[in-house]
Amino acid sequence: MATHTFTLNGKQISVEAEGNVRLLWVLRDLLGVTGPKYGCALEVCRSCTSHINGKAFNPCSVQVKDIEPDDEITTIEGLPATVGKDLHPMQQAWLDNDVSQCGYCQPGQIMAAVAKVKQAHAEGHEITDADLDELRNICRCGTYSRIREAIKAGAQDM
Amino acid sequence: MAEHRRSPDESTQQPAGERGLLGRRRVLGYVLAAPTLAVGVSWIAGSADPRPADAAVPSLPQPEEIFDLGDLQNLAAAPTSGLISVELKTDGTAYFAVPRAEVGQGMTTAIAMIVAEELDLPMDMVTIGLADARPELLMNQLTGGSNSMRSMYLPVRTAAAITRQRLVDTAAAHWGVSAGKLTTRGGVVSGPSGRTATYGSLTRAAASSRTIKVSAELKPQSEFRVLGRPHNRVDAHDIVTGRKQFGMDMEVPNAKPTMVARPPTINGTVKSVNNLAAIRAMPGITDVVPITHGVAIRGETFGQCIDAIQMVEATWGPGTVDGESDATVLAKLRAAQLPMAVPPLLSNTIDAEFVFAFASNSPLEPDCAIADVTPDRAEIWASLKVPIVAQEDIAKQLGLPIDAVKVHVIQGGGSFGRHLFHDVAAEAAEISQKMGKPVKLSWSRTDNFRQGRVHPMCTSRVRVNYLAGNVLSYEQRHTSVETDFGHGLGEMITAFAADLPVGGNLSFAETIFALSQSSPYNFGVTTQLLNEVPLKFNTGSMRNIYSPNVVCAEELVVDRLAAKFGQDPMRFRRNFLKDKRLLAVLNKAAEVGRWGKAMPKGTAQGVAVHAEYRGAVATLVEIDCRPETVNRPIRDGVSGPRVTKAVIVVDPGFCINPRGLEAQMIGGLQDAIALALTSSLHIKNGMPLEGSWDDYFYTRQWNTPQDVQVVIMPNTSDSPSGAGELAVAPAFAAVACAYARATGTMPTYFPINHGTLGFEPLPLEPSTPQSPTDGLDHTF
Repeated sequence: MATHTFTLNGKQISVEAEGNVRLLWVLRDLLGVTGPKYGCALEVCRSCTSHINGKAFNPCSVQVKDIEPDDEITTIEGLPATVGKDLHPMQQAWLDNDVSQCGYCQPGQIMAAVAKVKQAHAEGHEITDADLDELRNICRCGTYSRIREAIKAGAQDM
Repeated sequence: MAEHRRSPDESTQQPAGERGLLGRRRVLGYVLAAPTLAVGVSWIAGSADPRPADAAVPSLPQPEEIFDLGDLQNLAAAPTSGLISVELKTDGTAYFAVPRAEVGQGMTTAIAMIVAEELDLPMDMVTIGLADARPELLMNQLTGGSNSMRSMYLPVRTAAAITRQRLVDTAAAHWGVSAGKLTTRGGVVSGPSGRTATYGSLTRAAASSRTIKVSAELKPQSEFRVLGRPHNRVDAHDIVTGRKQFGMDMEVPNAKPTMVARPPTINGTVKSVNNLAAIRAMPGITDVVPITHGVAIRGETFGQCIDAIQMVEATWGPGTVDGESDATVLAKLRAAQLPMAVPPLLSNTIDAEFVFAFASNSPLEPDCAIADVTPDRAEIWASLKVPIVAQEDIAKQLGLPIDAVKVHVIQGGGSFGRHLFHDVAAEAAEISQKMGKPVKLSWSRTDNFRQGRVHPMCTSRVRVNYLAGNVLSYEQRHTSVETDFGHGLGEMITAFAADLPVGGNLSFAETIFALSQSSPYNFGVTTQLLNEVPLKFNTGSMRNIYSPNVVCAEELVVDRLAAKFGQDPMRFRRNFLKDKRLLAVLNKAAEVGRWGKAMPKGTAQGVAVHAEYRGAVATLVEIDCRPETVNRPIRDGVSGPRVTKAVIVVDPGFCINPRGLEAQMIGGLQDAIALALTSSLHIKNGMPLEGSWDDYFYTRQWNTPQDVQVVIMPNTSDSPSGAGELAVAPAFAAVACAYARATGTMPTYFPINHGTLGFEPLPLEPSTPQSPTDGLDHTF
């Protein structure tokens, strides 16, 4: 067992864990941060999508030993603080469009959406249907239509 | 779960029940003995959902037109509905523990709206919980058959109306004025000369020390302020902030992560484990025990359980379908097809056979359950749609009395039929008993696809005879691998068999089929029959049982008939539909979707209709089958034809929440696109090859239409129809019909890409693959 140190949702934390344990389980089983969901642990369903240094990633597929002390991990719980508000504009867009059904995939959907919009903006364009087609997050309730509307709306306020 | 396919014209029907001078309906209930106001309701069988027999039509009524599955569920629920109760707390909030499961369908939001409406209480002062297993409710605690709103609508309204009336009466007595002079709004009773009292201040005085019978009047629809208006989900904020708790998120002391290494065939068993000590010595692992269908491993993290699964060396016993593959199952189905009754009319006959592959009903949340079993009691937490049967079965399995087993129903991350079964909760109980410790069991994603519940493979044969512009006969022979109804509906059937119009020796599945299937067309002599092949796959419902397949087959044949008659598919349906509500939604879909507009070669429109659960739907889609679309490169996924536009027109009887209804229609469409084009299980030597969402191709963003419109028709009834499964069948059929028109080839094997294996199957052992480690290479 080793001690791993990194920034989680704005706070420096340390956690004891075997180095090969994937970050998802460190977050969920050891730290009790349950916003990122377990859907496959195969980097396929994307329901655990979170951010590392502002970019989307899947903690189910990263060993905790590969996280550096100066890495900043943001889960859905820490997303509003990144814009200094109670809700990130993308979360608000999700509410406005009543996107959720069961809700299991939605934290991951929102985290992926924020990163996708940032990526588009960094490339100097608004989010397009082709960008949205690249999102791999599964929603088994089939809320895809409302997800697309919410991302376009949320992007306006980002 | 399925239900009847007819939507009788209810516009002229009035609900049963006594009506007052203002058209208000008087209802009865009980003020229960409690320190604060609690109202229980009793409801009379059938009156919640009156069902007229059809007038004579050219096709004789089939059984489901007289008495449908929802009626059956209502009847079974009626004697026990009286036990549900609304409580009014001292802080003025109302609490109702609904005896149903919330798995994303929006039931808790709709129930909160009903309470808020009749109680004149703001939505944020209504709390809806999920009731624990309550054996005294008998079969009135089953979530399925799109029946929740149909069976709960009037009982919940009644309880809320009586609660309101009791508060008004209490204030009136207090103030010495007639109750008729008081009004309610926003959780406050107002009287003459500006006197007001909050509900919270009245609830103790309104309570009763003994249970007494009381009556109240329901609000007429014209005064509704909440029902019928769009309302967002009550749990939306918790969802988008990550606070909503699912089973895996719950903290039960010492219930540590637990997974199971499983055999390489469906329902395989364990003969011996050759390295138990080595597995127990792995980092983070606390317990390892062999169980019926695998080797259970408990540890500090799920990740370490996955590590341990990689190391298990076991000798496995056989499963229940070890020799079976797609081709062997199909051969058995074909051998079991019932014969047609009407001989073919040579050149004026259409004979067609459609094959539907196995499909997985797995939700996104992996199957999970928490169990804490001690020698004299057990406590279970799981998303369960039939918790009473779970409680009874688990008690028997553990050797405990029923009242020593407590079963909590928790929020589920989807269900689609999966949570009708309690096999995961039972397995958690088995493991907890054998380890003597609490466990938080999760099946892995691969377990879900390979050992979870599947919609059975089936064939549908159709023969139609026609002559001189008329259809003389329509026969459909549906043949399916046995559907497991072991979740307890059978008790209802058994209990009420004497009252059924279908009787005799029909099997349970045949009864469900007969109660749920009928043709909406004037096609002369019409017969639709089911036969089953008793293969022991783990089967179950999947957002309906039979309708998506039966309707897809029927509507494809309807399009062929239209072509034989030289008629456009829209015109043909208008000519032959016998259901006015279906005709109305069809016409609306044609208008909104601009039926018949010019389309480029390789693209086409398709349309289909369906009535079930007292609702009616028409779906019009546009599909793009051009090579540049079909062959779009998608990494680890399938592209194929894309549905580019969909218009769904729904007549829900009475619409409780347009926002929620629209969500159900959109979800049903996405399921249908997957069933028609991309998602299926390939069975090989007793096991599905699929093991992840990149193998089982449920609709993804690159498959979804960019333009989806849902149109809700004006109310045609006082009662809500079912909605959860309603949209799947017509959308499936519409996509299939559009594909046939775009390509000029009628598809006969679904999904259309089943013949091509679009992935490299994960190994069968270890049963759960190791997680990747290169996630940081794929950030964006």
